[in-house]
Order: sequence, then C-alpha cells, then structure tokens
Amino acid sequence: MHVFRDRKSLLMLFGLPIVQIVLFGFALTNEIKNSKIAVLDYSKDNVTRAITHEIEASRYFEIAINATNKNEIEETFKKNKIKSAIIFPSDFENKLYHLHKARVQIIADASDPNTATTLVNYLTSIIQNYWKEKISTAAVPLQIIPEVRMLYNPELKSAQNFVPGVIALVLMLVCVMMTSISIVREKELGTMEVLLVSPFKPILVILSKAVPYLALSLVNLIVILVLSVYALGLPINGSIVLLFAVSMLYIITALSLGLLISTSTASQQTAMLLSLMGMLLPTILFAGFMFPIENMPLPLKIFSNVVPAKWFYIIVKSIMIKGLGIESIWKETLILLVMTLLLLILSLKKFKVRLA
Amino acid sequence: MRETVISTNQLTKQFGDFIATNKITFEVYKGEIFGFLGANGAGKTTAMRMLCGLSKPSSGHATVAGFDVNTQPEEIKKNIGYMSQKFSLYEDLTITENIEFFGGIYGLTNKQIAEKSKDLIERLGLVKAKDQLVGSLPLGWKQKLSFSIAILHQPKVVFLDEPTGGVDPVTRRQFWDMLYQATENGITVFVTTHYMDEAEYCNRVSIMVDGKIEALDSPDGLKKQFNANSMDEVFYQLARSAKRSDN
Repeated sequence: MHVFRDRKSLLMLFGLPIVQIVLFGFALTNEIKNSKIAVLDYSKDNVTRAITHEIEASRYFEIAINATNKNEIEETFKKNKIKSAIIFPSDFENKLYHLHKARVQIIADASDPNTATTLVNYLTSIIQNYWKEKISTAAVPLQIIPEVRMLYNPELKSAQNFVPGVIALVLMLVCVMMTSISIVREKELGTMEVLLVSPFKPILVILSKAVPYLALSLVNLIVILVLSVYALGLPINGSIVLLFAVSMLYIITALSLGLLISTSTASQQTAMLLSLMGMLLPTILFAGFMFPIENMPLPLKIFSNVVPAKWFYIIVKSIMIKGLGIESIWKETLILLVMTLLLLILSLKKFKVRLA
Repeated sequence: MRETVISTNQLTKQFGDFIATNKITFEVYKGEIFGFLGANGAGKTTAMRMLCGLSKPSSGHATVAGFDVNTQPEEIKKNIGYMSQKFSLYEDLTITENIEFFGGIYGLTNKQIAEKSKDLIERLGLVKAKDQLVGSLPLGWKQKLSFSIAILHQPKVVFLDEPTGGVDPVTRRQFWDMLYQATENGITVFVTTHYMDEAEYCNRVSIMVDGKIEALDSPDGLKKQFNANSMDEVFYQLARSAKRSDN
C-alpha cells in the first residue's frame, strides 16, 4: 500500500522507462531522414534529371532549393537552410558517354561531421545504385566520380561539433544550478528573510546573487575556449567579441532560469534535482549536438525550440566554426533574447508574489 | 501618555478563504517588551510579517515607527531590526564579516561599523572568536550575536520571532538580559515566544487565538483577569478554545 500511495515514486517507476523507450527508440536516432539538400544542375540532361529524381524519391533527402548558381548555394548554407548540396557540371551526360566518366560535386556542412559523412554516403550510394541499373546496358564501363567537399570542417574533426555543445551544456548547468542553489540556500538558512526585512531592495538581492556567477561563467567560457583552441586545435573563425556578447546573453538566460527554479523550490536538494533533470537531459538531447534534431518526430522537434541551448548551439557553431557574422545569426539571437526577457519577467514576478 | 511605536487598527490578512489575521487592533509603546503569544497557526507570524513590511495587509491599517505599512514599507525596513526563529547569519562568514555585511546592508558607514563591531565583540566576550566562522559557534552564542546584529543600526523596534527556540535556560536568561539592555537604549522589543516563563518577563503580553487577539495586558493583569496562578494557565485557558491550532 505504501508503495502505491506514493504517487511521485510510482510516476517515476513507470513513467521513466516509457519516456526513455520513446525518446531513445524513436526520437534519438542517428539515422537521417528528410535532410534538406540543394541541387545545382548546369547540365539539365536525362541523367542528371534522373539522379535528381532518385534523390528526391529517397526518404533521406528533401530538395529544398533548385539553385541556379554557386553563390546561391553558399548563401543557403550560411542561412543554415541546407545540410548538403549536389552540383552537376554542364554537359554531364555528354561527358559521361563520350569521355566515359563525369564528375559530380557533393558539398556537405561538416560542422556536424557525423551527419555530413552520413549524407555523403547516402548521396554516393544513390548515384551508384542508379548507375548500376544503367550500366548493365552500356557497352563500355562508365564512371561517375563524386567529388566530396566538406564545408567548414574539411578534416572532419569531431571537436568542431562537440565543443560548441559542451559550451552550451556547461554554461547552462553551472549557471542554472549555481543560482538556484545559492538562492534556495539563503531561503533554507533564513538569511533570505533577514535580507528581505532589511532596506536592501529585493532586486538588488537577486542581482548580487547573479553577478558573481555571471563573472564565474565568463571565466569558465574563457577556459573552455582556450582549451579548445590550444589543446584541440579548434579555430575561432568568427568574431570573438560577438561570441562573448552572445554567450553573455545565454548566461543571463541560464541565470534567469536558475532564478525561476529557486523561486519555486524550498530546498537545496529539490533545486539541484530540478536543475539537473530539467536542464541536463533536455540540453543534451535537444541541443542538437548529440542527436540531430531534424530526425525527431514533430512533437519533439517543436519541444526542442524551447530549449535555449539549441539556439545557442547554432549560434556558437556559426560563429566559431563557420565564421559567420551577426547577419546570419540574428534570428537565433533574437529568439534567445526574447526567451531571456520572458524568463526574467516571470521569475521576478514570482519573486515579488512570494513577498506579498 | 507614552509614545506609541506600533499601532494597528483592524489589521487583517486573508489568504483566499482563510483569514490568517482577523482585525487585530493594538498599540505598542516605546521602550517596552511586548510579548506576542499564540499557539502555532494562530496568526502571529503573519501579523509580524505585515508589521515588518514583508506582506501587504488585506485591510486595516498599521503604523510602525511612524510609517504606514501600506504605503511606506521601505521606510519601515530602515527603522526596524529583525531576527527570525531560524538562525539567520551567514554560517560561512566569520563574526566580523557578518557584522560588516549586515552593517553595510543597513547603510552604516565603514567607520561606524568598525566602532560598533569592536564594541559588540568586546561586550559579548567574543574577542578571541572574532575570526571564527559563525557556523562553529554554539547555538546560544549565535542567538546573542544574531540579536546584537539585529539592533546594530539602532532601530526603533526590533522584531524577534521565537528567538530562543532550542536554547538552554541559562542562555535564555542571558538573552533576556540583553533585551532589557536594549530597551534601556530606547529600543522597543516585539517578541513571539512559546515559553511561558519568558512571557512573564514581558511588560505586556497579547495572546492570539484563531487570528484574533483574545487578551492583552501586563502578565499580572492577565493572571488576575483569568484568575490564574501563572501565564501558563492563562495561555492554556485561551488556547484550549482554539479551533485551528495544530496541537
């Protein structure tokens, strides 16, 4: 009876396996479906059309754009709209039949090396499969030679992928946990009450709690960056100032989240658990550096949008790895900014309510 | 007529349907020790929070140190001291650091803090321990220190919420001596307690039952009124009629 009365434990007992099975079974596959691809076809002959058709027909790809020149492809890469592109040079069919070989260029966004490799493999196998059917009818062996270009990360270093993720994760964890625990500890000890009775303004209490952690988190960020540059040989291709500015914003997001947690919990343990469960898991799962978000079912995809780490991860990757400027990340930054404001307002309001 | 420091008129706090404090009206005079008694859940803490400017009254009025709780809570905060039932100094700061911190919060200058902290540490006989972490002090010492810090800025009123919980009788007696000393300096003491022997030490005592003040007089006056030998009996007679106490 005792076990059944304890609703919370029961929920944990039965809820956890269900959630995990669903998450890991369906959502978090490394398989890639419906990845956005751009096609640039200079040749527009029977073969290239057939291959394009094959690509579109496969469940791995979705043609996002039929480009007309290389610049267009570069632009769409910068806007994060495509993960890969395929370029057929002019006279593709002619070359194929007369020179017995033709080249096709495949470009993949290698800031996520795993996905990039997978995509390239899919593409080459689609081309080869198509060609195998054809080749049996041809007299001479004909060859299609794919030329692969890994954008942003030619050596396919995995560090490029996980360092921005780690930055997002560490900052989120440290800030959320530290602020929530430190404020809740004051509540537990009773010092918070004394501070509130004093002429010290509540907003100042919060600020004085948040500022040291802001500073500490910046130090943390510097350590991670220095380590990744000097130990992992990772470049910072974009503007460092921009990187720091956006990181500040993200840190403030995390601090306000921590504040929100602290206003709704009474004990340090709860605060710790909540920030761990509430932050660690979603950040790891939905930031996009472990499991590609594109492959998740729609509900999870939608959910991933409220995870601040997802946006920050995109931003950091764009700045550090791709060397892009503010013009390519303003949308993500804006989302983060709105999130921060909402969280701040919400938590300050809750803080006030508690006083009234 | 003595100077009034706290005065409430029909002060009420309601949480939904629950009336925590129901139209209480009383006055506290300058320099007295006012005992605020009541069983658990009688509404003492709620009343005290309103008087400290932490919580807004649902209706009614009150002034503390001449300021209105409805409109001037910030002014009130500058003129009161507060010590809660939970020990509320920073355990991981030393005694000196705690004094500096709280002095700073109440806007004392560095010079004032230095003087007062030296004076205070000597008076409490904590010279040797002044660089010790507060967490390592025995409970009795913590309470005394806590009180001394609560009156560091010479407030007009100091609110004490069950200040002597879990403290041995000897230390409790010493603590009350400190309260008397404070009143001699013109500080008014507003104290809640569950110890009836402490109630006897107060100049005047009010007893709350179910959100209302059922009795208010000097301890002797109350004993006469209820035909009882001790405050214990007075309290028992009143608290027995309570509907919402949790004992």
